[in-house]
Amino acid sequence: MSEYKSGSNLEKVLKAGHFAFTGECGPPQGANVEHLKEKAAHLKGCVDAVNVTDNQTAVVRMSSWAASLVLLQEGLEPNFQMVCRDRNRLAIQSDILGVYAHGIRNMLCLSGDHQRFGNHPEAKNVFDIDSMQLIYTVKTMRDEGTFLNGQDIDVPPKLFIGAASNPFAEPFEFRVYRLAKKIAAGADFIQTQCIYNMDRFREFMKRAVDMGLHEKCYILAGVTPMKSVGMARYMAKQVPGMDVPASLIKRLQGAGKGKVAGEGIKFAIEQIEEFKEMEGVAGVHLMAIEWEHRVPEISELAGMLPRPKV
Amino acid sequence: MSDNFKPKIVAFYCSNCASSAASVAESMNKALPDNVKIVQVPCTGRIEILHLLKPFEEGADGVYVAGCQEDSCQYVTGITKAAKRVAYVKKTLEQLDIEPERINIYNLSAGKGQAFVDVALEMNDIVRKLGPVLSE
Amino acid sequence: MIVAEQKPIKEILEMVKDYNKILVLGCKGCVTVCNVGGSKEAAILASTLKIAARKNGKKIEVEEHTLERQCDPEYIDEIKDMIDDYDAVVSIACGVGPQFLSERYPSARVFPGVDTKFMGGAVEHGIWSERCAGCGTCVVHHFGGLCPIARCSKSLLNGPCGGSSNGKCEISKDVDCIWDIIVRRMTELGRLEELLEFVPPKSWITARDGGPRRLIREELVL
Ligand code: SF4
Ligand code: SF4
Repeated sequence: MSEYKSGSNLEKVLKAGHFAFTGECGPPQGANVEHLKEKAAHLKGCVDAVNVTDNQTAVVRMSSWAASLVLLQEGLEPNFQMVCRDRNRLAIQSDILGVYAHGIRNMLCLSGDHQRFGNHPEAKNVFDIDSMQLIYTVKTMRDEGTFLNGQDIDVPPKLFIGAASNPFAEPFEFRVYRLAKKIAAGADFIQTQCIYNMDRFREFMKRAVDMGLHEKCYILAGVTPMKSVGMARYMAKQVPGMDVPASLIKRLQGAGKGKVAGEGIKFAIEQIEEFKEMEGVAGVHLMAIEWEHRVPEISELAGMLPRPKV
Repeated sequence: MSDNFKPKIVAFYCSNCASSAASVAESMNKALPDNVKIVQVPCTGRIEILHLLKPFEEGADGVYVAGCQEDSCQYVTGITKAAKRVAYVKKTLEQLDIEPERINIYNLSAGKGQAFVDVALEMNDIVRKLGPVLSE
Repeated sequence: MIVAEQKPIKEILEMVKDYNKILVLGCKGCVTVCNVGGSKEAAILASTLKIAARKNGKKIEVEEHTLERQCDPEYIDEIKDMIDDYDAVVSIACGVGPQFLSERYPSARVFPGVDTKFMGGAVEHGIWSERCAGCGTCVVHHFGGLCPIARCSKSLLNGPCGGSSNGKCEISKDVDCIWDIIVRRMTELGRLEELLEFVPPKSWITARDGGPRRLIREELVL
């Protein structure tokens, strides 16, 4: 029996006490494997694991498990994401077995954006179980070796269980309790929503540390560099549960023509530097959406390279 | 539409304002066109959607409601209610591909005899231009 | 109550376009209370159909009638002597009505005149809102008396999700986040701890997912 829950690279890095660094890659809206491989290539060697999104924002894409396998073949460690919107508990459990059988070792459990956002708003949703119950499902399968109905699993899947936390959504005071609930349900690591409001995040982390949550679970702080003022404004206004302070928008505006993206990266690096020192933060989750080619540069500047070999 | 088309119009008058305007008009010797049939109601708020539809069902080409000013309705919200119902019937007519202009609501004040006649003439004019309720 | 909304008139006209003797059948139950399928609305719909016929230069006969309830065979029976006089029936009861009619009078052409929406109530005059999804095992007492199954867009039992903002649900600024309300209410009641407990996956056997439902009360069966 190994000392690890899953033996994934991410788990080993965290367990060894290294400051973890994860990336993200959205599967293509088609079967364009080459494009996916190209995006993945930028991340290779820069991060410990790569989140593979699951019909993100309710837009149909190549399935997350399939794209995860492509990454695996390319020598990257996937963090397979699963949402509860599109599957019932039968499909959920069988997909968990399937991904494990193919060598996937990390899984991020999410409720999923409502389909009304996406490109098939007419769809019927599932939500048989919620993200909390999904965490519990993966844990039950791994640690109890049983399905949700109590029946034994012939070779249980050993996955490193991830969950998301949005410190900025409302009701704010409840968010840290919900985090605690996810940890109690079985989350091994947490990746937060993109952070822009550092004051609020500091407060959130302080409360998490006061509750001792950082000792029960690895918390990775979410970072998404701003590419433009337009993106910052869009996130501030249009994305529910996103907190972009006006001061940041101002700072980006002040950067001047052609320099906004650079300023966005600079802010991200400052954030990462602070996270390295912040009590309770075990790593950073970098979501450079459609900006994979900038990841090597960001990783370098943030002093995250080389990644530890564990 | 033929030039000698004489539309049938049904007018609902609130007995408080519009009807006193009517008597003023009468004393001024101003008469309504004879194709406008008047129905007096105690308050326009009492006119149900069905009342507004029935004339169309029975052959009217236009319907209008003449009531108080919004702020002088004796029953406070009577005229506002009537306005909502007229708006509803406009939508119904639209869905039937019938011109919504065939139904209207006017706010009159007691004692304004001229306005009383004017709205009748205006409605008459609108509906005459629209022609009968019948697709060719 | 069951809340319904009138179908677009054009849709109803299309349904009945080939029929000349039409019965508009109202119901004095829920649809009367939500002002969509009672005797008043039956009269309005009948009149509307007649105006449409006039406009199209067609001669049709439309009559209206309203039953005590359309979800009860006893009342459905009441029209047994008249139903054959019509070549179409537009039921403006909830979706149960057209079915009970079709089952009792298999040869009748029955059309739904309303779209049945949800189980809920009037929160303001003219505004109705959903309250129950008929899951078959009520648990509202765990959530401050509010139902996350019917009222959370994702039916989360361990909410709120990360999309909740300013008390509104991520799907629309017009939709309250029920989880925001639940958390606030439980906090006010000093019962927040109850929400910290993990709610395990729900059994949907008693819900529609378990197949069409049927209820038998032996003591009432004749
Ligand atoms: S818990 Fe079930 S029965 Fe109770 S209100 Fe919600 S949906 Fe209806
Ligand atoms: S925002 Fe609130 S109501 Fe909407 S899905 Fe999330 S928890 Fe449910």
